[in-house]
Amino acid sequence: MKFGVVIFPGSNCDHDMIHVLRNIMHQEVVELWHKDTDLQGCDMIILPGGFSYGDYLRSGAIARFSPIMEHVIRFSEKGGYVFGVCNGFQILCEAGMLPGALLHNDHHKFNCKNVFIKAENNTTLITSGVDTSKALKIPVAHGEGRYFADAEVLAQMNANGQILFRYCNENGAVDAASNPNGALENIAGVCNAGKNVFGMMPHPERAADAVLGNEDGRLLFESILAMVKA
Amino acid sequence: MTKTMYNPISTSDDAKELGLLPEEFEHIKQLLGRVPNFTELSIYSVMWSEHCSYKNSISWLKTLPRKGPHLLAEAGDENAGLVDIGDGLACAFKIESHNHPSAIEPYQGAATGVGGINRDIFTMGARPIAQLNSLRFGPIESEKTKWLVRGVVKGIGNYGNAFGIPTVGGEVFFDECYNTNPLVNAMSAGIVEVGKTVSAISTGVGNPVYIVGSATGKDGIHGAAFASKDISANSAEDLPSVQVGDPFTEKLLLEATLEVIATGAVVGMQDMGAAGIICSTSEMSAKGEHGMNIFLEKVPTRQANMQAWEILLSESQERMLIVVEKGKEKLVEAVFEKWDLNCAIIGEVTDSKRLNFFMNGELLADVPAESLVLGGGAPVYQREYSEPAYFAASKNFKIEQIEEPTNLQEIAHYLSGHPNLASKRWVYEQYDSMVGTVNMSTNAPSDAAIVNIKNTNRAIALTVDCNARYVQADPEQGTAIAVSEAARNITCSGGEPSAVTNCLNFGNPYNPHVYWQFVHAIKGMSKACEKFKTPVTGGNVSFYNQSSYDGPVFPTPTIGMLGILPDRNNRMTLDFKKAGDMIFLLGESVNDISSSEYLYSYHKVKNSPAPYFDLQEEYAVQEFVKALIKRKIVNSAHDVSDGGLFINLLESAIPRNLGFSIGTDFEIRKDAFLFGEAQSRIVVTVDEAHEEMFLELALDSELAVSCIGQVTEGEILVDDAPFGTVAEYKQTYNDALGAHLN
Repeated sequence: MKFGVVIFPGSNCDHDMIHVLRNIMHQEVVELWHKDTDLQGCDMIILPGGFSYGDYLRSGAIARFSPIMEHVIRFSEKGGYVFGVCNGFQILCEAGMLPGALLHNDHHKFNCKNVFIKAENNTTLITSGVDTSKALKIPVAHGEGRYFADAEVLAQMNANGQILFRYCNENGAVDAASNPNGALENIAGVCNAGKNVFGMMPHPERAADAVLGNEDGRLLFESILAMVKA
Repeated sequence: MTKTMYNPISTSDDAKELGLLPEEFEHIKQLLGRVPNFTELSIYSVMWSEHCSYKNSISWLKTLPRKGPHLLAEAGDENAGLVDIGDGLACAFKIESHNHPSAIEPYQGAATGVGGINRDIFTMGARPIAQLNSLRFGPIESEKTKWLVRGVVKGIGNYGNAFGIPTVGGEVFFDECYNTNPLVNAMSAGIVEVGKTVSAISTGVGNPVYIVGSATGKDGIHGAAFASKDISANSAEDLPSVQVGDPFTEKLLLEATLEVIATGAVVGMQDMGAAGIICSTSEMSAKGEHGMNIFLEKVPTRQANMQAWEILLSESQERMLIVVEKGKEKLVEAVFEKWDLNCAIIGEVTDSKRLNFFMNGELLADVPAESLVLGGGAPVYQREYSEPAYFAASKNFKIEQIEEPTNLQEIAHYLSGHPNLASKRWVYEQYDSMVGTVNMSTNAPSDAAIVNIKNTNRAIALTVDCNARYVQADPEQGTAIAVSEAARNITCSGGEPSAVTNCLNFGNPYNPHVYWQFVHAIKGMSKACEKFKTPVTGGNVSFYNQSSYDGPVFPTPTIGMLGILPDRNNRMTLDFKKAGDMIFLLGESVNDISSSEYLYSYHKVKNSPAPYFDLQEEYAVQEFVKALIKRKIVNSAHDVSDGGLFINLLESAIPRNLGFSIGTDFEIRKDAFLFGEAQSRIVVTVDEAHEEMFLELALDSELAVSCIGQVTEGEILVDDAPFGTVAEYKQTYNDALGAHLN
């Protein structure tokens, strides 16, 4: 599979994502500069984490105007796969490619730690190989990760199977104590109605290298590869 | 361009106003052969400030062990120490203080401290891969402390998180001596291929001199001079001396800097920190034995009508000075254009060895570069010192003065929730500790942070340590303990201690008692660094950490240590692995509670000697642990430090919710056994399969090794008496800081 990782000024999880895709999953990866206009025939475009444009106005608010985004949007409209992690998720919401928004954490602090999430279903590209009864340990690191959408949108998303992940405890119970940021309905990740654009706050690329003692995030990359190859 | 001096000549009153001594003013007149003008006087005042010149410390710093077989750059050679870590790679690492700015503007003060230390690393061509910090505040109960802690932690977090380098370790300590003057020390470590580093040097007549990065503003003017005086009630008026940080620009500057180095066009480079343009131009020129003509009107500024001296001294952040090989300007400019950063030629290299600063055609300053810098013309002083009375008085403390308590369990709970001993989770969860995907300690805790070196089998171990209470009690022993503890943390994590960077936080050097602490700290550091073969590669000195009303802070020589794991699979963790494992204490149990948190906070005895310490024993214990880890005989290793044995065991029990059942030593008071902080002790756990081999090696080692108990499923027992469960302690331990700070 050929992945394109978009580098915005201020992206800082770009190298981590490239490392996992290239050296651990052994896939072809091209680095796409935010001013590029050619997606180089990639099968999936990834918007990595970080602080694009310093997140100075609002997370992801400026990056959505980068020249490459117009092409990423067009790519997704034709059914192309797009995956945003953390700041990448924020950019996808700002660009209107995913429903909802990511607000300041309810405790108003940046928060970096391992959390547990549970896949809502295994019918999407990203969750296809994941056991939905099992909690995955995947770290978060963000100040603005509180997922919000209005009630109508949320109901639609639930009905449509657009919720990818919810925060849970280590046994898989979705409860308030396991919610690291006050996200509505413990939502940690979502996809669009077309199920080809995905976003999540936790960092699967930080839980994919055996050297770091946690490979739960690798399941997501394996899911993608299994589905696209098949 | 004319060569007439334009601005008015200065007077001895001006000199005094700028913090120069009368004899320093005379010396400047001699060096120049005339009276300096105001701009020149300003230049000398910042370059000869304590912060830039090390004038009151350098003669002692030179006595520290500075040589080692794998050092690629010795102390003072480059912006940071450089150590060969094998596989053709080197680690650049350094620690620095940002105490004074953090005292009056905690958020920006701490943020710019992080920015500054990282620039020191990437200006050498190394990509930062890990950061640490060492923080000290007044009592946590005070509203002012809470404001400082929240600001400092947010400042470090917001800057470091956006910059995108993980914070992998650190320390936080509270004591009333830091009430007015908190300490904020930041450390960074980066990796570079051997032979691909860039020096802070300027050569090649006619080569263009570039300023790149942020525009220059009025922030931080005279910051170096501000850092070189006591904090007073008027310090808030020094607010413009505090710089403002922009981590986004720093991130772009990092990427652009590394790209520009790869073009091969760079002759030399230095970041702009203290004393801004004047410091980088003079240090690069002095090192290259060349001069520069600098045209200040060409410097991109943030605001209109900045005075020449303001441009010269501004400490605006996220800037670099680069000397480029003539003819390769386009290569350099293309990189900075890609990253949308300023990149302006502001001058050229000359053969004069003098720095000439012009503004709109007028020569404003003409000074010999060498006369300004450390190792050149900057003054060097020997200060008087004398032993303070408290030192002799501390020796009068005897353990018998404290009645042996019977409420040991209550004390154990008290200590597990004491801010100095409890989990620092409230702090470190605000830092991104995982970006970069190199932090091997996230899911496997160890005494030092283990950082993976991708594409090799190697890892490095990093730690910052200093129990300043011990240093206050006995500067020489206390500092030797700080070095030993750093080495112990690295050893217990499976690493080989390699080199040291230090951040020497002291009071006013003109106070003979403070200087006595400084001199003895240096002696203790020398002794221990020689023993562990960990040369000092640099760091910084921060004097004047005292206020007019509180007096000096505890002498706090923070030790940042780098360790190497040639094979990362040799790493060792601190957490108990399973119930039933035997718990062994390596090293002597001593009837000693001196300078322990228990004695100081629970019994409120503030003056006692440093805890028991013997450097030879320390070394032997560490060598033994190294051998055990190498032979894969132990399941965990964790050093006994602040809080004593009980806190040590608790820290090992908590990660997997296990407990422990131990027996005390009938020859030792129970409070000393559980809470004493005698040094050179390490706890290891061993499973049944390895017990025999362990005991054989223990016998051969001739060390004091005792089996003190067993890992349990979660209950805690001391001499068979129930002491609570790990779950109870865990909650107290985890929530203590948040209870004060949320």
